[in-house]
Amino acid sequence: MERVPVLKIGDILLVSIQIDMEDQVALQLQEDLADRIVATGCHGVIIDISALDIVDSFVGRTLATIASISRVLDAETVVVGMRPAVAITLVELGLSLPGIRTALNVELGMELLARHRAEEFTDLDELGDEDEADTPAAAAS
Amino acid sequence: MALSTEEASRFAGLLQENEDALIGAWTDRVAETLRGRLSRVELQRQTADLYKAFQQALAGGAAGINRDEAAELRAQLSELSDGRARQGFSANETAVSIFAVKDAVLKVIGDDTAALLSFIKLSSFVDEAALFTFENYTRTREGLIADQAEQLLELSTPVVKLWEGVVAVPLVGTLDSARAQVVMERLLQTLVDTGSPYAIIDITGVPAVDTQVAQHILKTVVAARLMGADCIISGIRPQIAQTIVALGIEFGDIATKATLADALRYVLNKNGARKPRER
Repeated sequence: MERVPVLKIGDILLVSIQIDMEDQVALQLQEDLADRIVATGCHGVIIDISALDIVDSFVGRTLATIASISRVLDAETVVVGMRPAVAITLVELGLSLPGIRTALNVELGMELLARHRAEEFTDLDELGDEDEADTPAAAAS
Repeated sequence: MALSTEEASRFAGLLQENEDALIGAWTDRVAETLRGRLSRVELQRQTADLYKAFQQALAGGAAGINRDEAAELRAQLSELSDGRARQGFSANETAVSIFAVKDAVLKVIGDDTAALLSFIKLSSFVDEAALFTFENYTRTREGLIADQAEQLLELSTPVVKLWEGVVAVPLVGTLDSARAQVVMERLLQTLVDTGSPYAIIDITGVPAVDTQVAQHILKTVVAARLMGADCIISGIRPQIAQTIVALGIEFGDIATKATLADALRYVLNKNGARKPRER
C-alpha cells in the first residue's frame, strides 16, 4: 500500500499528499502522524492538499480527526493549499470542516503556526481568543 | 404546389434573359427599404450573387429550398441573413430583400396568363427561401444575445488587489446563481494565485439582497475560509441592512462593514495588531 511521507522541518511536520487519498491511506497517515508527533516532539503539523482533486467526506473527517489528535499531543494542525474546486464542492456538500485551521499555501501555514507559537509563549492571558488567529496575516514585511 | 422541372428551367431561362433588368429592379426595390444604410454598389453585388444562386437552383430543377440543387442558394441566403443580423437590420428589412425578387419577376412577365400560373408556384418557392432566411436571421440574433450575455458575465466580475494580501470583489448588478458561481470561482482562484489571506466582498452595487443572494455570499465566504482566507462583506446600504434583518438572514461571525474603506481599515488593523507579536 502507498504511504504518505511525513517530513520534519525544524519544529514542524510537513505532510504533502501527492497520491489519491483512499480510505486506507488516510487511516495510515493518521497513525503515522500520531507516532511521529510523539517521536519528534514537534509542535506544528502542515498538511498540504494542493495536489488533491477530490476530498470526500471520509477524508474530510480524517483531517478533522488528525487535527484533534495532534491538538491532544500539543501540536497545531494547518491544512494548506485546498483547491477552489475542492472548497466549492465541500461547501455544496455542506461540509465546512469545523475545527480545522486552513491557510492558502505552505508559507502562510508556517507563518500561522509561528504566530500561534509566539502567542502561546508571550501572550498567555490572551490565549482565550484563539479563534482570532484563524486567519493568517499577510506576509510580514 | 411545387414547381415542376420544366417550369423551373423556364424561369431559369427567363432569369438568364433579363438578368440586368431584373437585378436592377430587385436592387431598387431593396434599396428603398434599406434607406441608404448599405451602399448601392454593395447591395448590387449582394443581389447579383443571390440572383445567380436563384438561377442556378432553378436551372437545376429545384422544387423546394431543401433540395440538394438549392444548396448554393441556401449558403447565399445564410450569408445574407448573417450579415444583416450583425449589421443591425430589422427582420422585416431582411425578409423584404428576398421577397422583392417577386415584384421584379412579375414586372417582366407582364400579362401572360400561362406564365402567371407558374409564377404563383415560383412565388411559393421564393416564400420558402424567405422563411429560410428569416429563421437563419433569428438564429444569428439569438447567438449574438447569448455571446453578449456571456461577455457581460465576464466583464461584471473583476477581482481587484487593494493592498498587499488584500483583494476585493466589487459586485455590481443582480446576483443570480450563474453569476454567483462565476464570482465564487474567480475570487477563490485569485486567492490561490495571489496568496492573499483577505478578501473583501463589496455589495454596494447590488440592488437588492434576498435570502438567495445572501446564501450565495455565505457559500463564497465559507469556501474561502476552507481555503484559509478570511472574507469581509462591505458596502451594506441602510436599506439593505433593514432587509437583511427583516428576512432573518444570519451572517454569523462574518465581519460586515458599511463601506469598503471601513473594511480595508479593519483588515489592516487586524494585520497590524498581529505584527508586533511575531517578534
